[in-house]
Amino acid sequence: MAFSRRRFIQATGAAAGASALGFPAIVRAQGSGGPIRLGLMTVKTGPLASGGIDMERALVHYLKERNNTLVGRKVDLFVGDSGGVPAQARTKIQELVERDKIQLMIGPLATAEALAADDYIRQQHLLTLSVAAADDMTQRKPNPWFTRGTSTASQCAHPMADYCYKTLGYRRMVLIADDIAYGHEMCAGFQRVFEELGGKVVQKTFPPLTVPDYGTYLAQLNQKADAIYLGFAGSNGFRYLRQFNEYGLNGKIKVVGGMTALDEAVLRNMGDEALGILTACWYSAEIDNPINKKFAADFRKEWKYDPGFYAAATYTEAAVLEATLKRINGRIEDKEGFMKAVRGIKVDTCRGPVSFDKYGNVVGNVYIRKVARKEGRLVNEVVHTYPNVSQFWTYDPDQYLKNPPYSRDYPPAKNLES
Amino acid sequence: MQYWTIQTLNSLALGGLLFLLAAGFSIIFGLMRIANLTHGSMYMLGAYAGASVLTGGLRVRVPGSDLALFLVASGFLLLFGVMRLARLRQRTMVYALGAYALVAVAACALMLRTPGSAFEGAITLPDFARNMWIAVAAGALLVGVFGVALERLILRELTGNALGQVLVTLGISFIVADFCLMVWGGDPIPVPTPPSLQAPLRVGSVAFPTYRLVVLVIAVVTAVALYLLMDRTRVGAMIRAGVDDPQMARAVGIPVSKLFTAVFCLGAALAGAGGIIGGPIMSAYPGLDADMLPLALIVVMLGGVGSLLGAFVGSFLTGAIYTFGTALLPDLAYVILFLPMIFVIAFRPRGLFGRQTV
Amino acid sequence: MRVAGWALLVVVLLGVPWVMGEYFVNLGSQILIAAIFAASLNLLVGYGGLPSLGHAAWLGLAAYISAWMSLKLGLGHWITAPAAILGTALVACVFGWISLRATGLGFLMLTLALSQVLWGTAYRWVAVTDGDNGLRGLSRPAPFGLSLDGATAFYYFCLAITVLAIALMAMFVASPFGAALRGTRDQPRRMGALGHDVWLIRWITFVYSAFWGGVSGLLFVYYNKYIHPASLSIQSSAEGLLGVIAGGSGTLAGPIVGAAIVMLLKNYVSAYIERWNMLLGFVFVFIVIFMPEGVVPGLKRLWSRWRRK
Repeated sequence: MAFSRRRFIQATGAAAGASALGFPAIVRAQGSGGPIRLGLMTVKTGPLASGGIDMERALVHYLKERNNTLVGRKVDLFVGDSGGVPAQARTKIQELVERDKIQLMIGPLATAEALAADDYIRQQHLLTLSVAAADDMTQRKPNPWFTRGTSTASQCAHPMADYCYKTLGYRRMVLIADDIAYGHEMCAGFQRVFEELGGKVVQKTFPPLTVPDYGTYLAQLNQKADAIYLGFAGSNGFRYLRQFNEYGLNGKIKVVGGMTALDEAVLRNMGDEALGILTACWYSAEIDNPINKKFAADFRKEWKYDPGFYAAATYTEAAVLEATLKRINGRIEDKEGFMKAVRGIKVDTCRGPVSFDKYGNVVGNVYIRKVARKEGRLVNEVVHTYPNVSQFWTYDPDQYLKNPPYSRDYPPAKNLES
Repeated sequence: MQYWTIQTLNSLALGGLLFLLAAGFSIIFGLMRIANLTHGSMYMLGAYAGASVLTGGLRVRVPGSDLALFLVASGFLLLFGVMRLARLRQRTMVYALGAYALVAVAACALMLRTPGSAFEGAITLPDFARNMWIAVAAGALLVGVFGVALERLILRELTGNALGQVLVTLGISFIVADFCLMVWGGDPIPVPTPPSLQAPLRVGSVAFPTYRLVVLVIAVVTAVALYLLMDRTRVGAMIRAGVDDPQMARAVGIPVSKLFTAVFCLGAALAGAGGIIGGPIMSAYPGLDADMLPLALIVVMLGGVGSLLGAFVGSFLTGAIYTFGTALLPDLAYVILFLPMIFVIAFRPRGLFGRQTV
Repeated sequence: MRVAGWALLVVVLLGVPWVMGEYFVNLGSQILIAAIFAASLNLLVGYGGLPSLGHAAWLGLAAYISAWMSLKLGLGHWITAPAAILGTALVACVFGWISLRATGLGFLMLTLALSQVLWGTAYRWVAVTDGDNGLRGLSRPAPFGLSLDGATAFYYFCLAITVLAIALMAMFVASPFGAALRGTRDQPRRMGALGHDVWLIRWITFVYSAFWGGVSGLLFVYYNKYIHPASLSIQSSAEGLLGVIAGGSGTLAGPIVGAAIVMLLKNYVSAYIERWNMLLGFVFVFIVIFMPEGVVPGLKRLWSRWRRK
């Protein structure tokens, strides 16, 4: 029943006045000086709620730090909750556009939600800063209004494979992920890089998203592999790892993970069993840069836990938004101008320096992180940084795009055993 | 060989877990003919409650408006239900509810004067309470009481109205799911395995989680206890009479009404306890209810409604189908549990051991 | 009197785009689609006494067939739409034959299981359905050269189909066959003794109900221009069933009202109230407590009681 809080996050009284007083020149220059209407498409109910709630918290946090004012213009935030259901995400985006008249959307969260809204975004020319990882939205079927400051599903899997082969010396690996597009794309990216380097993916398993129990999958695990790569999202990675330990597999086979498998949101409820696991992600609450140090500390102070993937996602997208607005003097009404500008910016964010390729996808650092204990809680300590990683890894974009998109069956797994 | 040993143990352990889940559903359905679609929610409520007991407490931060919605609406239901139970006159009830609404609105207005206010609270339990048995007892008690309230205040009035029962039980499951999200948040919460059972049991080269074997033992013990209750006690005889012919049972002086409440309470408590016992394997997470309810339905339909033996056999059959099915036919993972059920019901609508058709 | 009421409702609905903004027009289209869906389910639940928890299968199946044919085969809507409906009806013939081996809870479980099989297929048969990515890049038809891409045009299209659907379903229910169907609900044994083929009556109703479910599925996929396995899920079926029961099963207006309640709470009220799932649950419980037979019959009862005073 949070009428005002949810629908419309008001600027505090003093800030509302300051926006007009502080930057009179800009306000006059942009002609239509009304507030910027910003939409956040997230998930606040159902199984994906954990990440979605963090998305809202971090975005509100970002705006609060700036008195709800970006480049001299007040920002009105409108939040939509899809419950994680694609059709509903579409309806909610329509609501944000048609009823709340938002000028830019941050989100949505899940791959299928972004795909469901793809044609609507094109039709409405809706400026979108996406959190969702649907690869092809910035690859073979690039959506001109769609920009992604987080990463594609495979963007962090490529360097992880590189690290596994070159630094950790793994040669035989098992891949397991949720049976959804996100999991398929992540494993496919990992497999391509790993096998091209000379490694072998000896087992590849995709349990259904709503699998009741992993016992039967654990019994099938190929124990002669060097390590297992977990491509899970949400609570599944957490459950898998717990059961992995239960079956006494801890120590028998090394564990590494994708960008959400050991997210801070999962770590805060885990114990020592997570220690030492390596994952690759474009963010960690432990990244040592001034923006992130302040963000992570403030966020922790307010909510009593570390920001993770989803919190950093909206915090990064908000920084991208602000930098772009600066470039175009706050004139968000000029949609073409905005899209052109966003592909040309270079901005320091909590995840490190960020720029974009011509397809609208981010080029940024990817961090190899190791779970460690610090001040009593588990954190993702950064052990290695791959600077300025593109969605195409080291491949030539044109060559890359000639291949079929990553999927459950591409690239084909030739080295499977058992 | 080792692989099949582990898979067999897996299927047995999963069967045990499923029996703890489905026994309550089966008992309730057998006697009362109510398809209790809140069963998954009761299981989830048990899991969350158990997680809180075992981790030594609970810290909540709930927006005032959300809390107000929950308290006002459930208070209204409680008040109305109690008054209806007390057979008050309609006019009295209208006045009382009107007064309640006024007070509630005033209280909310006062409480929510500052927008964005949140309720914060914490419960800390003493160390000795962080014990599996206490957690199970607490969860069973909590969910059992919830079950009694549900049965007495709401379901009782809907006897014979099957569609109304579907609507109300699903409605309540929406409320419970959102309530859990509100109180415990969206993160998955582990239910810690008792420390003495954490290490896997190793026999030769086979390692198997000790706790899963304990779950299996608990399930078998529960099954035996329920069998003795049903078969050897007076209450059990009454229940069986009620299952076979409620009208006749009433005629010979069996207090069917009280029996219904007791059975519903027992079924709910079993679900709550099951949630905690299964907790170290399943954890507590949003969506657990929706994952478990279909499983309970499958087990009961497969085994046959109203039959404890059916629920028992159905559980282990389902556990085996799932475990070996996903191992041998991974491409059918999505439908592996439904296909056998379709065959069984299509050819034997009462299920394998059902006493009567549904 | 009754006809006048329905006519008035249609006139009011015709006026919606004149008064309301684009968003509400789109919301209106969605409510109409949900209303057809619920009304078709009501034939089974309300008139046949067969509670189905798998009705989303028909919505999803028709949507997937239509989407697949236009995407992968490049066929036009004039072919895909009838083919989708036909395909849905054929599958319904088989599913009905299986499901109707049971009644009551057994029937509910069989419909649930069969729809789960379709759901699993949609998820897993990636070559055809594109799995979790769903099928996208679809278009809306343009009957007689009229583009339906605008919100208002599509709304009127939905409204026309809805009026047609409800009218045909009303005729179905009012026909002698409909009377026989209600007979099988209330007195199956007696109907059998009177020489009616109870099974056949139910089976025809099952297929007819699936037919209209398929129609709502076509509108659904036209509206969203996207289809995902989630549309076949239990949640989607349950929503329809809850709408029917809440509105009043076995009445013509009930499912429409119920679908509107669910859609409004889900898509409109949810913007203001974060705990909308909880609210939806409470609304259902309140409806059952105060009007155990559903909103429409409940209001009718109150109205007639008030008039007698």
